[in-house]
Amino acid sequence: MSFVLVQVIVGGLLLGAVYALFSSGLTLVWGMMNIVNFAHGDFVMLGMYVAYVVYTLMGGGPIVGAPLAVLVLATLGVVVYFGLIRDIMKGPMLAQILGTFGLALLLRYSVFWWFGADFKSLPQNIVGGTYAVAGLRLEASRLLAGVVALLVTLGLHLLLTRTSLGSKMLAVAEDATAAQLMGIRPDTMQAIAWAIAAGATGLAGALIANFFYIVPTVGETLGIVAFVTVSLGGFGSVPGALVAGLLIGVIESLSGYLIGAVYKDIVVYILFLFFLWFRPQGLMGKM
Amino acid sequence: MRRLLWLSVLAAVAIAYPLLLSSPFQQRLGALVLLYAIAASAWNIVGGYAGQVSVGHVVFFGCGAYAAMGAYAKFELSPLFGIPGGIVIAVVLAAVIGVPTLRLSGHYFSMATIAVAETMRLIVTNTDYLGAAVGLSGPTVARNIFDLSFISSLPYYYLFLLVLAITLVITWWMANSRMGFYLRAIKDSERAARSLGAPARRTKLYAFMLSAALTSVAGALYAMMFGFVDPESGLGILISVKILIMAALGGAGLLFGPLVGAAILVPLEEISNSVLGGKGAGLTFVVYGAIIVLIARFQPGGILSLFKRRSKPASEAGAPHAP
Repeated sequence: MSFVLVQVIVGGLLLGAVYALFSSGLTLVWGMMNIVNFAHGDFVMLGMYVAYVVYTLMGGGPIVGAPLAVLVLATLGVVVYFGLIRDIMKGPMLAQILGTFGLALLLRYSVFWWFGADFKSLPQNIVGGTYAVAGLRLEASRLLAGVVALLVTLGLHLLLTRTSLGSKMLAVAEDATAAQLMGIRPDTMQAIAWAIAAGATGLAGALIANFFYIVPTVGETLGIVAFVTVSLGGFGSVPGALVAGLLIGVIESLSGYLIGAVYKDIVVYILFLFFLWFRPQGLMGKM
Repeated sequence: MRRLLWLSVLAAVAIAYPLLLSSPFQQRLGALVLLYAIAASAWNIVGGYAGQVSVGHVVFFGCGAYAAMGAYAKFELSPLFGIPGGIVIAVVLAAVIGVPTLRLSGHYFSMATIAVAETMRLIVTNTDYLGAAVGLSGPTVARNIFDLSFISSLPYYYLFLLVLAITLVITWWMANSRMGFYLRAIKDSERAARSLGAPARRTKLYAFMLSAALTSVAGALYAMMFGFVDPESGLGILISVKILIMAALGGAGLLFGPLVGAAILVPLEEISNSVLGGKGAGLTFVVYGAIIVLIARFQPGGILSLFKRRSKPASEAGAPHAP
């Protein structure tokens, strides 16, 4: 019994690392530009479909699919920034919400129209098989996804805190006008932030494509997961997103195991509402 | 005076429409436009006038739809009797949701409403009493006229027209009352409104509850026309999105904005569905998405705001703000 519990927790941590990865993209954009990307989950969905196309066309696994998904999504992120976000950022709030919501519908139903509504999946054996570590059964695809996501999220944190690019981005987040006076182009930095944020979703999507169901509407659920993670971790905090992502992964798999699979989303949503109501600044964030 | 003239022309067109264009498809289309216009006008009270962008309005829509069908399926009553029940449930729910979430500003409120809507959908989908994933059905054959189960869309058309008229009168009355002024002040700057003594939180809550009640009526009418409700058609997030988009496309915070939005988007959806068949469902929403992105990017005030700007003299140019 307790052994199964450990298995469930480890599985939750591995999935939680992926949640942390794509949520850190959302938190970065939110913290820097104070804009909420309602299409964030659909970006992850696109990453999954890139991996799916790579497999069906070339038979390639995540080694090919993941970098390609990062590239495709990062490009999309830059296009979205210059085509839409840069203008609606300064506009009224309704326009901000509508803009990214419209984008979400556009992406979701383009995929729906092209690939159909049916569930797709990749064969389990693209990435190794199942390993037994200290009695725990670990699928190689989940292990790969969890470890890579964890490393990339940590890398993202280091990028933001330890490099000059990161400092420039934080400067823009703090005060775009002051940053501009210091010779930093806010436009470029914000476009880079969108590239990083969208690239992270692409990677996350390609990583979970190996064991998740692939369907056009998956972005809706994943988007809410990202909101929960960000609100739990604090808006704009990558380490917060990491801790919260792992926590939500565990809570989700535990409630799926203990209460029943259909209720695991309800638990996460209610947790989200709870946090929005009682601690809108998140676990580690500041108001 | 000119306003009154336009209003009577609009009313005349609305009354004459199903008699002039009388094919079943056209009558059905007209009824659907009015139905969505009711829902979008109801959303407009809180989303447009108060500036609180709710993406969870489908919860109230679902309250009405489930109450109407529940009245029949559980108590053998006419679905009409479900309407007051639906309104009560929706208003109570609005208070329960609104008290904590209306404290949240901007994006937070929108996200919270999405989460509430999705939670409700998941709960109802797993509740056997409410028909779980299958949903509830209305009367298949009308027992009497109060079942409001008609084959033709014509009776629905006039019923919806009446309800829409009532909704618009309520909205107009609200917008010109003290509450309307408070709401506009809150939308421009909540902090400024509060410091001048406008009871911001209470006013927003009243607007939310009023909007919920009217949305619930729209949901009940929808379920009566279609004769059933299931979690997807009664509580799916897409319904929220459609309602929101229609109001925003026409012009959020403008009395006739939602009607204009519905008159554009409903025919677009119905025609593309009938032309493209099942494949069209995806494409329709691709077009929807593209329209919203373009509106947000180029005309955030909606289509009517474009028209308004042109018809207003320059002296008032600074006054009407885009929402």
